[in-house]
Amino acid sequence: MPVPHTARSEGSSGFAPAAPLELRSVTKRYPGQAVPAIAELSLEVPAGEVCVLVGPSGSGKTTAMRLINRMIELSSGDILLGGRSVLQRRPDELRREIGYVIQQIGLFPHHTVGENVATVPRLLGWERARIAHRVDELLELVGLDPQEMRGRYPAQLSGGQQQRVGVARALAADPPLMLMDEPFGAIDPINRERLQDEFLRLQATVRKTIVFVTHDIDEAIKMGDRIAILREGGVLAQYAAPAELLSRPADDFVAQFVGADRGLKRLTLATLADVELIEPNGLSPSARRVPLRTTVRDALSMILTAGGSPLTVVDDQGQVTGLVTLELVGGLLGKDGALAEPDGPAGGGGDGGA
Amino acid sequence: MIGIAASLPVIPTFGGAPSSYACERANRLFCSGWISQNWSTVLWPALRQHVLLSLVAVAIGFAISFVLALLAYRWHRLERPVILVSGILYTLPSLALFEILVTVKPLGLSARTAEVALVSYTLLILFRNIVTGLRAVPDDVKEAARGMGMTERQCLWRVEIPLALPSIIAGLRIATVTVIALATVAAYICDEGLGVPIFAAIQDGVFKTELIAAGGLAVVLAIVADGLLVLVQRALTPWARGRRLGAAR
Repeated sequence: MPVPHTARSEGSSGFAPAAPLELRSVTKRYPGQAVPAIAELSLEVPAGEVCVLVGPSGSGKTTAMRLINRMIELSSGDILLGGRSVLQRRPDELRREIGYVIQQIGLFPHHTVGENVATVPRLLGWERARIAHRVDELLELVGLDPQEMRGRYPAQLSGGQQQRVGVARALAADPPLMLMDEPFGAIDPINRERLQDEFLRLQATVRKTIVFVTHDIDEAIKMGDRIAILREGGVLAQYAAPAELLSRPADDFVAQFVGADRGLKRLTLATLADVELIEPNGLSPSARRVPLRTTVRDALSMILTAGGSPLTVVDDQGQVTGLVTLELVGGLLGKDGALAEPDGPAGGGGDGGA
Repeated sequence: MIGIAASLPVIPTFGGAPSSYACERANRLFCSGWISQNWSTVLWPALRQHVLLSLVAVAIGFAISFVLALLAYRWHRLERPVILVSGILYTLPSLALFEILVTVKPLGLSARTAEVALVSYTLLILFRNIVTGLRAVPDDVKEAARGMGMTERQCLWRVEIPLALPSIIAGLRIATVTVIALATVAAYICDEGLGVPIFAAIQDGVFKTELIAAGGLAVVLAIVADGLLVLVQRALTPWARGRRLGAAR
């Protein structure tokens, strides 16, 4: 059997370049319904960026995502992946090129972890040895020991492990685009945060174009390079980087959706490494030490818990690099502060304080 | 009972009838000497015929049910009529069904008639279990299969049918045991199977060893067949055991 042209042709190590995604006036109407589910949705996701679709229930965020891999057919408009319309593709071939992770994970219970990860490469007709190599590589990438995990069945894994296998499976054929529908929605808060951090580290390595659906604005701010806020009826309310969304919400709906604490949320976008710390000279360094990678919001919280006394910031080697005080944090959000404008140090950054 | 038997055109007669065994003359319940003498001429051939009769019935029944189940899985509207018809067939008394089928022109008194009747009893069980198994496949698993680019056919053969296997094999077990039991009644219309020595004993009226031996063989056959199917299920669905293991943790 000849290798289909849809197969990624490069070797199993190294990652294929991500593809840009463009939605052009995408509209979805269901028969018998007066209001469209998605109305004239246009947005561009540059290659290698994470676009988060967020909005209240009924805003059509999952529908919008499913239109991209044609799990749902659109009514009008067009979607281009890597400059090519998805409407010109056979749906099953298209889907093999798009990684897909859903909240319920949907691992095949009758397949081992290894077989689950091998699903798309098998559909693409890869050779056995190449698949085996790829499976191990991916399990390692998502932090699972291939030796131990390869032969297990999904029912023998914890929720977090299943989710990692789900991500590995979606990455298997090195797709230029990944669709993730509330991938961490069913995970408990502590593990969810760990998985989010892991995912951001992973994304820094693989640099996929990702469309990520969530209803949780905090998750959106953390994960997204860009956030598309949808309102009911699938209307795009604002499409912007997290910092801009928080500092300049387009309207009352967005302002309300991002929350009254949007100032505080902006503080999660920067770590202490991003701000100009106070020289420790002349001040007695406090006993409370925090690493440079702490988010400004967490630092603020610690200062408040300690009754307003400053923190000593240390780098990875334990060297003191400066102090952070309540006044310093307050100043960051002020008119001339470093976090006041989206173009400040935190603007556009995708690492969201991880 | 004798009235019904007498009204039938052909009642097979059997080899083991006149005997000089002391235990037979004494009309004891069980005579092991009779079994060893008649094993190769009566019991073994009857057992072989019985296995074949049952195997063919389950195989044909499965083929028909499988196709019908796939159609009903795809088109919901087919499910009710199939359940209705196979349900009626299932509830027909077996003797009555055998008698009715004998009057159907191309069938008559033959093993074919017996097979038709036996097959009709497997349909409801198998059809229901296959459809139920397919319907029980979780939506998220199907969604993931489709989302990764499986065609409908690939999804069916690689995901839905394998996941329905425990339910399908459970149906096969019930159908097989049912058919093995019912196939003894087939001796009313054809000279085959373990029913033959059983009927001979009933006709004879006094000597019971033949009846007990053949009946016992039918029971053992059913248990062995059921056990084999359990082994098949274990071999085909190792993941189902894994699930229990996982749940136990």
